[in-house]
Amino acid sequence: MTIQVVAFALILAAIWFLGRNIVHNLEELGKDFNFAFLNSRAGYDINQRLIEYSNDSTHGRAALVGILNTLLVAFLGCILATILGVIAGVLRLSKNWLVGRLMTVYVEGFRNIPLLLWIILIFAVMTESTPGPRDFRGDDAEASMILGESVAVTNRGIYVPNVVFTRSLGGNEMTEAADGVEAAVIPSAVAMDWLLVLVLLVGGVFASKAIGRWATRTQEATGVRPPATFWMQLGVILGPFVVVMLVLGATLDIPELRGFNFSGGIHMRNSLIALWFALSLYTGAFIAEIVRAGIMAVSKGQTEAAFALGLRPNRTMNLVILPQAMRVIIPPLISQYLNLTKNSSLAIAVGYMDVRSTLGGITINQTGRELEGMLLLGLFYLVTSLIISGVMNIYNNSVKLKER
Amino acid sequence: MANTPSFVRTQMLDPKDPPITEKGAVKWIRENLFSGWLNSILTLVSLYVIYWVLAHILPWALGGIWNAESLSECREIRDASGVGHDVACWAVIGARWHQLLFGFYPSELYWRPILALILFGVAIAPVLFDTAPRKLLIVTAIMPFAAYWLLWGGTIWGPIVTALGFVIGWAIIKYGSATLGALGATIAAIVVPLLYWLFVAGAISGALGSALPIGIESVASDRFGGFMLAIVIGVAGIVMSLPLGILLALGRQSDLFIINKCSVFFIEIIRGVPLIVWLFTASLLLNYFLPPGTNFDLMLRVIIMVTLFSSAYIAEVVRGGLAALPRGQYEGADSLGLDYWQSMQLIILPQALKISIPGIVSTFIGLFKDTTLVVFIGLLDPIGLSNAIRADAAWNGIYWELFIFIGLCFFIFCFSMSRYSMWLERKLHTGHR
Repeated sequence: MTIQVVAFALILAAIWFLGRNIVHNLEELGKDFNFAFLNSRAGYDINQRLIEYSNDSTHGRAALVGILNTLLVAFLGCILATILGVIAGVLRLSKNWLVGRLMTVYVEGFRNIPLLLWIILIFAVMTESTPGPRDFRGDDAEASMILGESVAVTNRGIYVPNVVFTRSLGGNEMTEAADGVEAAVIPSAVAMDWLLVLVLLVGGVFASKAIGRWATRTQEATGVRPPATFWMQLGVILGPFVVVMLVLGATLDIPELRGFNFSGGIHMRNSLIALWFALSLYTGAFIAEIVRAGIMAVSKGQTEAAFALGLRPNRTMNLVILPQAMRVIIPPLISQYLNLTKNSSLAIAVGYMDVRSTLGGITINQTGRELEGMLLLGLFYLVTSLIISGVMNIYNNSVKLKER
Repeated sequence: MANTPSFVRTQMLDPKDPPITEKGAVKWIRENLFSGWLNSILTLVSLYVIYWVLAHILPWALGGIWNAESLSECREIRDASGVGHDVACWAVIGARWHQLLFGFYPSELYWRPILALILFGVAIAPVLFDTAPRKLLIVTAIMPFAAYWLLWGGTIWGPIVTALGFVIGWAIIKYGSATLGALGATIAAIVVPLLYWLFVAGAISGALGSALPIGIESVASDRFGGFMLAIVIGVAGIVMSLPLGILLALGRQSDLFIINKCSVFFIEIIRGVPLIVWLFTASLLLNYFLPPGTNFDLMLRVIIMVTLFSSAYIAEVVRGGLAALPRGQYEGADSLGLDYWQSMQLIILPQALKISIPGIVSTFIGLFKDTTLVVFIGLLDPIGLSNAIRADAAWNGIYWELFIFIGLCFFIFCFSMSRYSMWLERKLHTGHR
């Protein structure tokens, strides 16, 4: 009790001391504490934006663009890191000596060298060792586009095909291509089309799950699984999707060399590519270790028991090993996703416009609102990680072993 | 008539050699590399990958040029020698290694950081290996002050007078418990040295400094750089964050409501925000929180931030260890009549820390790698120096050689840390948890 009172008094004193200093210092500098700067004109450009933004937009809008950019690279990174990590983790357990060693080199190399170095290294590879757009010119060009003349890897970034709708719901509004300005599809116009496609896909997945449940019920009741269940499930997902794509007139917009640069398609900047690949490779190495530990945590007796029941190896993996391994793998996996999201703030090294560079960088420099800007920035990261760890706790509770 | 065989072999035949495919290298290759069609494909693919990587890197790295004054001279030497492919220009390492290692530390004083590193090696030995002589622990105790004095220089009295504060605290605990009681002695041992440092220490060291001016040339923090900076920040962060992290973990596991909630709040806030945001906070915002007029070294701010950051992570790792201990250990300690600190010190922490060794060491490795982030607030870590070297006209455009050198140095440090933790884990493994 005494300790608690002493601690409480000390903490109150510290808070009072800090608070008094802040008030005093703000007075001294002639600043006040308010967030009105978020509504004033930003006046700077952001080279990668997922929503409409120009330098006439507000600082708040700039922060939102930055947040979306952070979330974009985090999302792409989580997907690629999971794929790389699972492959590397499984291959590291492979009986193939050479493959195992190779994966060990990958994992140890990325775990023991700072992420910052990898980001800068990949950025340097992208800008220094790839051909410039003009190398694609002419009949005997030095460089050529890959994957059936559809993807161009240049030192200005990677150009990939884009899907555009010729009979769009919102009318396909393109900005005019002027000198030095790329033509871009105005995002809000195509958003409706993509929303429709997404709704249909999600609906299709639910419908196919329903068909699966119906087939299982029928099988349990009659002993015979309805024929062609798999094809029905596939059709429910793909059918409406294909129809809508045809109705909306989806075509591929393939990048092509026009003037001094490529136009058309989606332009993925070097900063995005470097950050994305480096984050994925780095986090993938950690995920590989998690996957390996998870698989090794399932005791050998489980495999042997499954074999004794007469299960084939791949059904043993799917029905016995993986469900138990997932329980071990998922919590650290999610905390790796969290780390990846936080590490995406290293975007500063390559000039990727994430929330730290817009809200926590240029906005602070222009308005001189360090205290408010850093507070908002910290809050964004804090809320993101609290949400993700909240989701993790829900998952953990749902898979907890129900033992007495 | 008995059917007698005409000949009976009287001794065993020598065993036949196993088939060529079932022994030696061939067997190993068959089992480990070509045991099935999938494995064969994987082997061929990885062989191709290894060949591709080596074919690109080896001629470049081995053909590297070591004697040149600038990148253009490197290129001239290469063109003159008639090599068709690109070669590395390792000359940049030869010309600038001292900057990558020491930053802008005065070159005639390089012996000081080197001596500090050797001293650090001696001081850390009894902590890492229990076979080292115990007397070395004295070196460990004076090491922080000696290292500070060697690196930053200045008068010798500053570190000595500061160290005296710890001696005062220790003396109060040792001799004051009888009169003040355990709690009173603890509080006094915290308050008295604090008062001493704030009000008395400066005057004493000033007086001693003017009476007996013993000292070495002082070096300002902005001269520090390269791996020296990374190691100073990393080691200081590691040494200070471990005790702080353990205290936070105990606070989070404690039943005392206020202490528990404060620890949880601190840990979650620190862990929820990336280190780089904390570093910017330290460089941009710290002045708002301090009394007007105070201003302290950027490097010190970074060390404090890095310490707080990694202590929150260590607290979570140690909490995992504390939670993994069976309940019976806590109850056993209580039933022996030990008080809280005794039971923690003698029963709980040794076991909990042993379980959490891998996590603690990987937090340390993360901390050491994260020291590279200080480049963004203007300190010259190895990556910052590689930019500085590239800004020089002689080495403009050199990338890979510097990155490989920096990467290798980090790899050596981090990899040896992880191997040490594996060794320690094996050594402390007692058969059951």
